[in-house]
Amino acid sequence: MDYQIIIDSLPAMFDGLFLTIQITAISLACGLAMAVPIALLRVSKNPLLWMPAYAYILFFRGTPLLVQLFLIYYGSGQFREELESWSLWQFFREAYFCAVFTLALNTAGYTAEILRGAIRAVPHGDIEAGMACGMSKPLLFRRIILPKAFRQALQAYSNEVVYLFQATSLVSIISLMDLTGVARVIAARSFDIYEIYITAGILYLVVTYGILYLFKKLEYRWSGHLRRHDTGSAP
Amino acid sequence: MLDLQGYGWMLGEGLQLTLMVGVCSLVVAILMGLLGAWAKLSSSAVARGAATTYTTVIRGVPELLLILLVYYGAPTLIQHILVSFGNDTLIDVNPFIAGIITIGFIYGAFATEVFRGAILAVPKGQLEAAHAIGMPRLLVVRRVLMPQVWRFALPGLGNVWMVLIKATALISVIQLPELMRNTDIAARSTRLPFTFYFAAALIYLSITIISMIAQQHLEKWSNRGIRST
Repeated sequence: MDYQIIIDSLPAMFDGLFLTIQITAISLACGLAMAVPIALLRVSKNPLLWMPAYAYILFFRGTPLLVQLFLIYYGSGQFREELESWSLWQFFREAYFCAVFTLALNTAGYTAEILRGAIRAVPHGDIEAGMACGMSKPLLFRRIILPKAFRQALQAYSNEVVYLFQATSLVSIISLMDLTGVARVIAARSFDIYEIYITAGILYLVVTYGILYLFKKLEYRWSGHLRRHDTGSAP
Repeated sequence: MLDLQGYGWMLGEGLQLTLMVGVCSLVVAILMGLLGAWAKLSSSAVARGAATTYTTVIRGVPELLLILLVYYGAPTLIQHILVSFGNDTLIDVNPFIAGIITIGFIYGAFATEVFRGAILAVPKGQLEAAHAIGMPRLLVVRRVLMPQVWRFALPGLGNVWMVLIKATALISVIQLPELMRNTDIAARSTRLPFTFYFAAALIYLSITIISMIAQQHLEKWSNRGIRST
């Protein structure tokens, strides 16, 4: 084991980790914003609405992320003229944009499927009670169905966040300097291959369990009304 | 099938290798999963600790990094150890073997959880009854435990398979000519990247859809004779 190389490469690795976390956070925010409307379309009874949503979810969950990434990053080159005429080429030329775009589309598919399951799990009585109070459909979704569904989905969503955080390592293949990208460059240069990869692995491990810990805290907070409150009186 | 400018056969060959890597990795994953589940449920603290470390580490580290570590890191590590014993041999890892071992090892951690749940789902009274009529331990495992474990594990294993077959695309980074790698070559030489990656996406999607249908049939078949609630 060569410990000096590990210490020397730590600053660069932290820079890489920062990019990894940044890409994860932006993709998650965009993906979640897209997932809500897709999930709402998916639970609709109108085939014109649920079928496109189903196709979207099936495509992004049924194909490897690497294929999706290459399809957007390299595939966009085939439509360069069209993209240039809409002045979109400046975006698709950038590996960073393509990475965030692909990851956001991908996580939107997975998150929509999680939300669909959670919306289905909202008790029917709650919905009937809302309707009996004269709530309109949008109000019912905003006040009753979505808040309950989000709480229900939290556990599954924490797994999706961890999955996406680790999936960002693929962006190193399209030349971005995320944690895996930095590790690959240092390993190729120094030949201290396993020291570097193991260090990078430990950094991923720490952040992964940090994310899971934060979600556990959040779940505890969101389920406050379901816990027994200690009133202080003797049993 | 589509000719794809004469590169269709390349995708076909890649698909064959992808399926082969997938099936071999699944076998490794199932073996690792059974071993892991046995260790997790064993009374030995060492075995439990090892199995927990295994699933914890695999869950926390990206697949791509593990593939790079096994393919590029492990040979150097073994060489360094051998050199310290005064043995100087060059180790060369075959990408096919490295891919199967890594993917199998990663999804073995997921299969461990699947099998653990399935073993716990078998009613305890049945195992006690088998012991009571004097069955030896191995016979209990073979005749009473495992037939039911397969049935309980089937939905979980189906999911493992569907995630695993998509993960095989990552082996293209270690130059194994599977579907993704061959698509890459074809896309570069024809300068039609979108066409080829889209074709590859549709092939992977077909594998997923066929697997979903097969899983439904298998579950129906394995649940025949079971009263549904």
